[in-house]
Amino acid sequence: MIGKLNHWKAAGLAAAMLFAVPAMAAECIAPADPGGGWDFTCREVGRILAEEGLVEGNVQVTNMPGGVGAVAYANVAGKRADDAALLVATSTVGITQIAQGKYPAGSDQMRWIAMLGADVGVIAVAKDSPYQSLDDLLSALKEDPASVVTSGSSGAGGWDHIRLLMLAEAAGIEDLSQIRWVQFDGGSPAVTQMMGGQVGLVSTDLGEIKGFVESGDIRILAVLSDEPVSAFPDLPTAKSQGYDITGYNWRGFYTGGEVSDEDYAAWVEKLKTLYDSEAWQETAKSSGLEPIWRGGEEFSAYVAEQEKQMAEISREIGIIQ
Amino acid sequence: MDILALLLDGFSIAVLPLNLALIVGGCFAGTLIGALPGLGPVNGVAILIPLTFAFGLDATSSMILLSAVYYGCMYGGRISAILLNIPGDEPAIMTTLDGYPMARKGHAADALAISGVASFIGATLATIGLTLFAPLLAKAAIYFGPADYFALYVMAFTTIGGITGTDPRKTLLAAMLGLMLGTVGLDPSTGVARYTFGSFHLYDGFDPIVALVGLFAISEILFFLEQKAHGGGLVPPGSVFPRFSRIKEGLGASLRGSLIGFIAGILPGAGASLGAVMSYSFEKRISDRGSFGKGDPRGVAAPEAGNNAASGGALIPMLTLGVPGSGTTAVMLAMLISLNIQPGPLLFERSPDLVWGLVAALYLANFVLLILNLPLIGLFTRVLGLPAWGLMPLVVAISYLGVYAITHAAFDLLVMVGFGVLGFVLRKLEFSLVPVVLGLLLGMDMENNLRRALSISGGDFTILVQSPIAIGIYAVTAGFLVLSLWLSKRSPPQMA
Repeated sequence: MIGKLNHWKAAGLAAAMLFAVPAMAAECIAPADPGGGWDFTCREVGRILAEEGLVEGNVQVTNMPGGVGAVAYANVAGKRADDAALLVATSTVGITQIAQGKYPAGSDQMRWIAMLGADVGVIAVAKDSPYQSLDDLLSALKEDPASVVTSGSSGAGGWDHIRLLMLAEAAGIEDLSQIRWVQFDGGSPAVTQMMGGQVGLVSTDLGEIKGFVESGDIRILAVLSDEPVSAFPDLPTAKSQGYDITGYNWRGFYTGGEVSDEDYAAWVEKLKTLYDSEAWQETAKSSGLEPIWRGGEEFSAYVAEQEKQMAEISREIGIIQ
Repeated sequence: MDILALLLDGFSIAVLPLNLALIVGGCFAGTLIGALPGLGPVNGVAILIPLTFAFGLDATSSMILLSAVYYGCMYGGRISAILLNIPGDEPAIMTTLDGYPMARKGHAADALAISGVASFIGATLATIGLTLFAPLLAKAAIYFGPADYFALYVMAFTTIGGITGTDPRKTLLAAMLGLMLGTVGLDPSTGVARYTFGSFHLYDGFDPIVALVGLFAISEILFFLEQKAHGGGLVPPGSVFPRFSRIKEGLGASLRGSLIGFIAGILPGAGASLGAVMSYSFEKRISDRGSFGKGDPRGVAAPEAGNNAASGGALIPMLTLGVPGSGTTAVMLAMLISLNIQPGPLLFERSPDLVWGLVAALYLANFVLLILNLPLIGLFTRVLGLPAWGLMPLVVAISYLGVYAITHAAFDLLVMVGFGVLGFVLRKLEFSLVPVVLGLLLGMDMENNLRRALSISGGDFTILVQSPIAIGIYAVTAGFLVLSLWLSKRSPPQMA
């Protein structure tokens, strides 16, 4: 009898933990497992939305991993296209997938609310690497594309890979497929493997590997932004070294394609208020994001343009036909 | 000594009333979450994150709570593995091999006590290792490259054939089936979809925890229904009090298992499941005289010490490098970032209060878990005395709830049932289910590391045997094989 009670209690506790969410709250879908960038975006923005009183109660974060966001995309398009309480976290990575036809529909299926900030791509080498500048590295790669093993947190054809190849292309390297690319499960595993001498270069977002920049274990050859990043003003941009390439990984949100204009405008408004808040500016900076705002129609146009651009790049480097 | 002073400072933080309460509460919640099939440490920790924000906990207190839950889950996963043959989470799979047979013999209380003490030993030794050697070990772990990880997985799979009591050929076949199932989904290194038949739901492949709940929990229920139709009963509850003489039998195995598990934990590409597998198969190699798989206390102690030591070890790359050694530590890292703490090589210097407060809390959590778990043995054992009409539907309900809570996809409930039917058929054919899950769970990492090694070398297979670490691992593997052949010649023939 006591044992039975105990089991019931366990089930009850689990149920309470899972469903302890106020009914009126907004929901944010993180199309990935807990712990990743999209999950972080949902949880952070959700927390600040609640703290600033922009939504009622807490924002429920739902993890819907699958197909690098495709499962959530299909789910929203199919079942929740008119759910005005819904935010879905996405980023440049999602647009890469859309551009390469790996989502069930194009970007026109959703309403793109806003981006709140961007992680900046970096090209990093170990502190004892022979390459001191982007020029050193790219001329070595140009001479022998297999001379440096490159790596990052995405698979071949992912955003980390593409933005490196964009640089290589700008440097005049012709056979991009000769460059060796190794995928790791994240930026920091890639960096530690580089520190252990397994690979020669890491192309990934600055935010995740900030700790290694501060500790001096790695050297950043280039940040892929227009202007130097505010947290590390001394790091050279690729532009300042003569390569006109940027590689932002922005963080933002979409909602279903059938959400009404009023509800859509309300979300844009709420996220703008959040963007302007002290709390968001702090959070963004501390996690290595440059706060950048694009909202509403401007953001939608930006996404459509980026989708087009990515598809072109992917075609050029032979990732899609 | 420096470390002692820092650790004492840590204890002064950990014994603050709020932190103590979090340790006790976290351990309790963790044990329950771990014991429920489907809900594991990753979900437990993820579920509690909003709670830490709601309470406005600072970074140190939040980490203490989440780590207590994490350790608690590792203790809890074994409970349902022993009592019901349903592992509560992935690392507890190995505990079913000898834990459930012990329960069937009426020694459930012994098995729970042995595994509780083994968990304590494993987790405590790992915490001591973390205290003394964390920065040093992290530096060593960096030199483990993809080829070395691949060698480690080869070693694990070499030992799989001998893991279960059944025909080794069937075990290998089952592992092969698991490996095949592991290839479903997007190929991580190129993004190409494999065996997905156009379904986005299959892009991420089969989640090992969904497969695990299906194979073990759902097939158990199908089995029960069949038995019910033919008469037959549940496991006898037996004595509710453990005997200390049995606990002593597991001590040596616990120490050996702790060491192996700890090493697996430190390596970010390995983790608790691999730790449990290696601990069990090593123990079986050196101490089995035909009793493993039939309820040997050492077969319970080794994997439990192993998986608890591994979860302690996994905190080392997390704290010293900011590299997650497991899904759970990945969630904890994300939370640290959201609390404005930058994980990475400077964490020990910049946030000593957090690091040492956490380490001290881990020591306390271990004692809390031991004290919490031993008196609960009587309670848990009584679960076996429940009428089946109450227990079995509850298991079904928890399985569905657990799987849905993780994946939020009705599709995965179907996958779970599919695996349940597969599990039922395999058990009818007298296949062990453990190698299927191991194939699925470890196969993916094994493949990824092989692909990484080959990407580095540009397709040249000799990279696999170029690093001294890999060569060392292969040598140990060969040594094990020779040892087991020699042992099997020396000892009386085992049941095939």
